[in-house]
Amino acid sequence: MSWLPKSPKARRRLTLIAAIAPVLALAVGLTLWGLSDSISFFYTPSQAAEAKPAPGRSIQLGGLVEAGSVVKHPDGRVEFTVADQLASDRVVFQGDLPDLFREGQGVVAIGAFRKDGVFEAKRVLAKHDERYMPREVEKALKEQGEWYGDGQRPEHKGPAR
Amino acid sequence: MIAEIGAFALMMALALSVVQTALSAAARIRRSSVLAGAGEGAALGAFLGVAVAFAALMHAFVTSDFSVANVAANSHSEKPLLYRVAGTWGSHEGSMLLWCLALTGFGAAAAGLGRGLPRGLRAVTVATQGMLGVVFLAYTVFASNPLVRLAQPPVEGRSLNPLLQDPALAFHPPALYAGYVGMSVVFSLAVAALVEGRVDAAWARWVRPWALAAWSALTLGITLGAFWAYYELGWGGWWFWDPVENASFMPWLIATALLHSAVVTEKRGALPGWTVFLALAAFTFSMLGAFLVRSGVLTSVHAFAVDPTRGVLLLIILGVTAGLGFALFAWRAPSLQQGGVFAPISRESALVLNNILLAAATATVLLGTLFPLIREAADGEAISVGPPYFNLTFTPLMAALLILLPAGPLLAWKRGDARGVLQRLWAAALIAVGAGLATLALVSPHKALGAAGVMLGVWLIAGALAEILERVRAFRVPAAESWRRLWGLPRGAWGMTLAHLGLGVFVLGAVFETTWKVEAAEALPVGGSLDVGAYHVALDSIRPVEGPNYEAERAGVTVTRKGEVVCRAEPERRLYTAGGQTTSEVGLCYRGSSHIYLVLGERREGAQGPIWLVRAYWNPWATLIFLGPVIMALGGLISLSDRRLRLGVGKAARETEA
Repeated sequence: MSWLPKSPKARRRLTLIAAIAPVLALAVGLTLWGLSDSISFFYTPSQAAEAKPAPGRSIQLGGLVEAGSVVKHPDGRVEFTVADQLASDRVVFQGDLPDLFREGQGVVAIGAFRKDGVFEAKRVLAKHDERYMPREVEKALKEQGEWYGDGQRPEHKGPAR
Repeated sequence: MIAEIGAFALMMALALSVVQTALSAAARIRRSSVLAGAGEGAALGAFLGVAVAFAALMHAFVTSDFSVANVAANSHSEKPLLYRVAGTWGSHEGSMLLWCLALTGFGAAAAGLGRGLPRGLRAVTVATQGMLGVVFLAYTVFASNPLVRLAQPPVEGRSLNPLLQDPALAFHPPALYAGYVGMSVVFSLAVAALVEGRVDAAWARWVRPWALAAWSALTLGITLGAFWAYYELGWGGWWFWDPVENASFMPWLIATALLHSAVVTEKRGALPGWTVFLALAAFTFSMLGAFLVRSGVLTSVHAFAVDPTRGVLLLIILGVTAGLGFALFAWRAPSLQQGGVFAPISRESALVLNNILLAAATATVLLGTLFPLIREAADGEAISVGPPYFNLTFTPLMAALLILLPAGPLLAWKRGDARGVLQRLWAAALIAVGAGLATLALVSPHKALGAAGVMLGVWLIAGALAEILERVRAFRVPAAESWRRLWGLPRGAWGMTLAHLGLGVFVLGAVFETTWKVEAAEALPVGGSLDVGAYHVALDSIRPVEGPNYEAERAGVTVTRKGEVVCRAEPERRLYTAGGQTTSEVGLCYRGSSHIYLVLGERREGAQGPIWLVRAYWNPWATLIFLGPVIMALGGLISLSDRRLRLGVGKAARETEA
């Protein structure tokens, strides 16, 4: 291998570069692909109405669970309405709600819109403890001027559907 | 009164840390052993101070002294003793105190056990450790003091989050913090080495026991956390690529890389700069983890109560500490002596490749964890990066690492023989391919990716065993001779083999569980049943249960297979009366290393009386997921007990040098 540089130092440097380059290319390529493809956006219902994510595209829907909107079906399905000040979305979820799910409190549903506009959740996250609010929900609600401090139950008047 | 003593002791510890830093730095400048001894005494004093403060807080928790604000906010008199003790570190303030306890404890240990180190290196190490102590103790005393009294104490406390009232979580933070903060000694040693301009084989040998101890504790801590998430959250999973989980995983990846690169520096004197860089990075990632978890800048399913102002302070601490460390590195590293050269195919190259892959993997995890922040700062979009991203980026890099792993230990230093290594590994490769094909043929549904994962896991295990057989020259010398050699192997070798074997066990478990998990959920009345995989789950009874601080509904569930009773389990749904929260207690049936995982949901009113949502999972080989890391940590501890690594050895070596 006469084309290799003669000095051992330069040789080692070349070997190192030869080893790092493919790994770096792999890592960068995968990362770019991953970040363009497998991230999910967070929307409140009014933001979702504006952005119109494609049906089936995985997103996170966050807002307040509208008081009195929770319907629990005997087959294990749950329906509830997630709302912000301007809009609301109906969410269906097959499974057990998180232990800290409450009406009138913040929630994040992970899933996708169906073609009929109903949001089908794969997972529902509520607060992990009573002093915690999903951050995006808090921020989005503050921006809309609807923030009552945590622990207080807002008298929520979402638009009728 | 006792809380006041604790608060005073904490202030004393802060003062002593300042003294420790000043005296040790002065000792280095004046080359005075008297000052150095005084600095080490101050390090011990600081540790005692924090220990007294910690004991005082624990006393307040155990006796339910609700005049202490932290106790009132996080405890309850009806809580069982174990969780009142664990409540000491269950909150932000208490866990910061635990962090300081570990930090000063490691500082005192470094001062006390570092007798074999050269004086200058030791003084700078103690000074740096003291500086870290000053920063974190000042933060604890002034920004999150757990021993503050309330003017009007409540009659009853607000109780610890019930999800945290769990044996695994009681011990998860101490193990995790021992790991996080153990990296601080490595950090201090790195700073000292840069100040002294000395990064050589002896230095790497001093770093290794600290890195090993911290790595082992971190491994155990993360495993306990994953196990807790598995059976306490009731989601059927054990790892969610959540920011808080990533925060603990990144220091682990860096520490793993450090352990491997330190070997190269120790044996061959090569890569000194890179090893020092990793030593600085490991504790930087620990601090980054503390910041991410406590500041609440990232949305996490595990977040505990957060406070943005504290986050800013922690960010400043992180920035200043890591900034100074890396600035010192940038200034001094170019003058470090480069060690021995090595051929492209050699043990050194294998370890370099290990480090490249681990560093790349850490970078992808870091980017994925911080990307929501970057994106929000860039265009205001709120996004989240979930498991698909990490599966796509992290898994292939790790797979590449695992494929190459068994070859590494068999390569010779300096110049290796690729063909010889392949000859020694062909049996392991054959077993792995056989296991993969058998999996593809026998396990239904047939999944090629799962079979490939099984092949990888078996490859690691067989590779580790092949390496041991190679060391004892099995089948080439008489069995008795092999046996004698087996017992004569250094513990460091056993440690490495166990760690690699444990990784293989983990891979097997993780692949099986994620690929062939079966899930079923149905709303059942008492007497109803559902099928999960080959098993039949019947809900026999529901009865109310009165716990010490909760009320529960406990289900009697019978699991049968082909008409035969396999096991009975009792999943529970608890209502903690103090905070009004409900939690699920998972019912687990062990079938060999596989689990039948049962979750009792809430009561609903059906058409014919009440029904309960029952979720059942068949988690094949799930025990291996937790057993593997335990084997790895055990390997670390065995390696730690190796005589060559005992701290006195450095001294002996130095005396012979002189």
